[in-house]
Amino acid sequence: MSFTTFLQQCMTGISLGGAYALIAIGYTMVYGVLRLINFAHGDIFMMAGYFMIFAMASFPWFVAIPIVLIATVLLGVVIERVAYRPLRNAPRMSAMISAIGVSYLLQNLATYLFTALPKGYPEIPVLKRIFQIGGISASLVTFLTPVLTLVLVYLLITLINHTKIGMAIRAVSRDYETAQLMGIKINRTITLVFVIGSLLAGVGSILYFTDRMTVFPFSGSLPGLKCFVAAVFGGIGSIPGAVIGGFVLGLGETALVAMGQSTFSDAFTFVLLIVILLFKPTGLFGEKATDKV
Amino acid sequence: MKTTNKNRTRNIILTALSFALVLGILAYLQGNRAQYSYAISILERSAIYAVVAVAMNLLNGFTGLFSLGQAGFMALGAYTVGILTIPVELRESVYYMNGISDVIKNLHAPFGAALIIAGLVAALVAALIGIPVLRLKSDYLAIATLGFAEIIRALIASPQLDRITNGSYGLNNIPKFPNIFYTFGIAALCILLIILVIHSSYGRAFKAIREDEIAAESMGINLFRHKELAFVISSFFTGVAGGMLAMFMQSIDSKTFQVSLTYDMLLIVVIGGIGSITGSVLGAFLVTAGREWLRFCDNPLTIGGVNIPLFRPGFRMVIFSILLMVVVLFYRKGLMGTNEFSWDGLFGLIKNIPGRFRRKRKGGAQ
Amino acid sequence: MKMKKLVSMAAAACMSMIMIGSAVSAEDVIKIGVFEPVTGENGGGGFQEVLGIRYANEQYPTVEIDGTTYSIELVEVDNKSDKTEAVTAAQSLVSEGVSVVLGSYGSGVSIAAGPIFGDAQIPAIGCSCTNPQVTLGKDFYFRVCFLDPFQGTVMANYASQNGCKTAAVITQLGDDYSSGLGNFFKKAFTDLGCEVVSEEQFQTNQTDFKAILTNVKAANPDIIFAPSSITTAPLIIKQARELGIEAIIAAGDTWENSTIIENAGDAAEGVVLSTFFDEAEPANDEAAAFITGFKEYLAANGQEEIIPAVSALGYDAYLTAYKAIEAAGSTEGTAICEALKSLSLDGVTGSISFDENGDANKDMAFIKTIEDGAFKFLTTTTVE
Repeated sequence: MSFTTFLQQCMTGISLGGAYALIAIGYTMVYGVLRLINFAHGDIFMMAGYFMIFAMASFPWFVAIPIVLIATVLLGVVIERVAYRPLRNAPRMSAMISAIGVSYLLQNLATYLFTALPKGYPEIPVLKRIFQIGGISASLVTFLTPVLTLVLVYLLITLINHTKIGMAIRAVSRDYETAQLMGIKINRTITLVFVIGSLLAGVGSILYFTDRMTVFPFSGSLPGLKCFVAAVFGGIGSIPGAVIGGFVLGLGETALVAMGQSTFSDAFTFVLLIVILLFKPTGLFGEKATDKV
Repeated sequence: MKTTNKNRTRNIILTALSFALVLGILAYLQGNRAQYSYAISILERSAIYAVVAVAMNLLNGFTGLFSLGQAGFMALGAYTVGILTIPVELRESVYYMNGISDVIKNLHAPFGAALIIAGLVAALVAALIGIPVLRLKSDYLAIATLGFAEIIRALIASPQLDRITNGSYGLNNIPKFPNIFYTFGIAALCILLIILVIHSSYGRAFKAIREDEIAAESMGINLFRHKELAFVISSFFTGVAGGMLAMFMQSIDSKTFQVSLTYDMLLIVVIGGIGSITGSVLGAFLVTAGREWLRFCDNPLTIGGVNIPLFRPGFRMVIFSILLMVVVLFYRKGLMGTNEFSWDGLFGLIKNIPGRFRRKRKGGAQ
Repeated sequence: MKMKKLVSMAAAACMSMIMIGSAVSAEDVIKIGVFEPVTGENGGGGFQEVLGIRYANEQYPTVEIDGTTYSIELVEVDNKSDKTEAVTAAQSLVSEGVSVVLGSYGSGVSIAAGPIFGDAQIPAIGCSCTNPQVTLGKDFYFRVCFLDPFQGTVMANYASQNGCKTAAVITQLGDDYSSGLGNFFKKAFTDLGCEVVSEEQFQTNQTDFKAILTNVKAANPDIIFAPSSITTAPLIIKQARELGIEAIIAAGDTWENSTIIENAGDAAEGVVLSTFFDEAEPANDEAAAFITGFKEYLAANGQEEIIPAVSALGYDAYLTAYKAIEAAGSTEGTAICEALKSLSLDGVTGSISFDENGDANKDMAFIKTIEDGAFKFLTTTTVE
């Protein structure tokens, strides 16, 4: 493999990892607070793709992007209200089945509303400018994705560590009954978590689909699962962990394909999951949890 | 309600009668196979799904292990049966692209033996997977089993195994069941065996684990051994059912065994009631038949010259997913909850119906 | 309450099944089953095929058998591009009592349904399923299109005639059409003394082809052969161009679909593909009439006025079934099957007659390219 090819592959891997990281944060935050794998998160990401197609049909991109983000956030919040809140005190299996149900519903709904045929993702001219550096050729979005990811993560960590809202989120994820006793409004905090998660999924969706250019009803399911694995890898509940997990997955997957083993690029994700769970069950940065009788 | 002696005789007679009725219906369908082939294929598929659903229920409902690996174990069973039963003289043409590996070239087994081997293969793989995976807690376990199912699927489709699994081209020319009695007989046998397991001392240990792991362990139940056992037994029957599916479909490829297949099974178990065997069986028949019955939703519908706009391809699956959400949110116990079907229960219900009406009327008058 | 609801639901389900099962064909109606995907991965292409069949049904709504006029009724069923669904869908056609079946788009579902039609002794006529396994060893399966080994050879010939010495082949794992055609291309291309420098596979539902394409770029082939579904086509095309790959991108019949041009935009320019039909060169009168008539039909149905090759094949499959019923003078599957074996007719995609496998004796493919946002006819090729 020549050096340029190597660099090109690294570029691809880092860019993919950036998009994964943004989605993984949504998983890690929801799991941290609700102890629920939000199976629908990948599909929220897919729906954001469709929102963009419709928004761009009638607005210029700088108007369309806020619209898409707001719509995505609304979708996330509505899902939490309708499908997760009623089950908050039910057995965990019920909540998880509900999450799978929402994912199933969103996929079928998208097939019904937009057909199974892939739809072209609108181009944002600024992001699609192609750069040539030596033998490497990539569009602006490929360079922008990892940078934007890091900026957003920095902002998010600041929010969580240095504001009152952040403190509430931390308290709820540590112990939500005690948090309630301390006067923290649980529902509001959980809604906020879904707002942040969906917002990042929306941003991730714009970056991911601008780079890949087509949306279809199942385009969220596999990235969704992979990002959950990224979140587990980094230690569920830990935001830097999710980011590192995202990049590890993106790079690892690209490396496998580059070596001609694309058959196993999906399997790699799950092998990684099982290996980390065996050797460090709480992930890279996860906190140790003990069972209370 | 106590089962009196009189009731017991009645129940036995009723059970025998309904058995005879089912056999009669099956014989009639078998006799008029051409005319009823659609109904038969729905019933056969339901029976096969019922086995998977009951096996899944053994894990999810009775042992409290949330596993989502069903599609993978079905794939193992299906491919085992496919490889063992495709007639030797047809193998060259099935493996037309890359040729067939010498190891399996002349390996042939009658379908009964093939189904058992299919179960054993699935069970063996489950035993191996179980060692690392069963140490995980609920959601992690779900994701890990889901992951394993995906790995199995990737392996089956991989070019490296082309000469064994026929990679991307799938297997075809798999012989089908000679008649529908075999399908239903084998399905019934599998379900019966699972019921026996549940009623054994192992079954009671499984339930103890479901209720409270720590309490079960302190009562001397070896957690890992029992979890592993439940996982292996469940996977065995899932593998057998996968083999049956291969014989039912006659041609399979790796795309048949995607995650959505597992979700379909989950839907059946949830609608039937997590923790109820009869619920899972009923769920399998209702979901499979309902899915076909709702086919009209996918075609444009015109009533009195007015085109109802909602009806177009894809609507059927939307209805199904909404149904699932309604069950999960408002009717969490599903059809049967954790109860089992019994004649006493049925008669109790019928007796209660007038009382219920009376109560309602009274309520209205007040 | 629960139990009551349950029993009534079960009863309803049983009733409906029996009702579906016992539907008996009325007199003076002959049913033709349309076994096509309208949803799922191949939903778009399947629908175009259905349109061709529906149009043919409008043109030939009745058939004379023994002096009685039978009206032809189409029974459409969606196989969802999925083998599991295909089995039940095929059984529902058998129960409906259809005399002939047309379809399907996509070889996988046709292979799955083959034994079912065979058992029921209903002849099936494939429209655009190009995989050899569809008809091989199946007495009741016929088809009106050419086969993948032929198509692979055609594209390999075209590539080498246009000065391509090296090729990259990209195929979809777990897909018999894509892997099969890719393999046949590879064999033919190496037989011509050229070299396949890169072989890549991708997963179903994969959306990111950058890593694969970077490998391809490093191998620097003259042509990229990437037979795949129309879902993945625009992704491959656009990402390849974005990475600065300038090789010719080529594929098989599935790519002749305007959604590819729509989704890939300018990047699709110069893509080369082989297909079954071209509207610029009607082969006979039937074809000329079809081209004008079908365009009006498309317009009336709110579709673009470009005739997809699969619609033409759908039309031909219907026409073949029609002629076979006429020749057999019967609505019996076995009689129609016998008639098909010795049938010869002029369809819109050329003359049709069947060899011993039930494959149409077709020796001509149309090569097209995408130019100025439309498919443009390049040349016809034959293989000896």
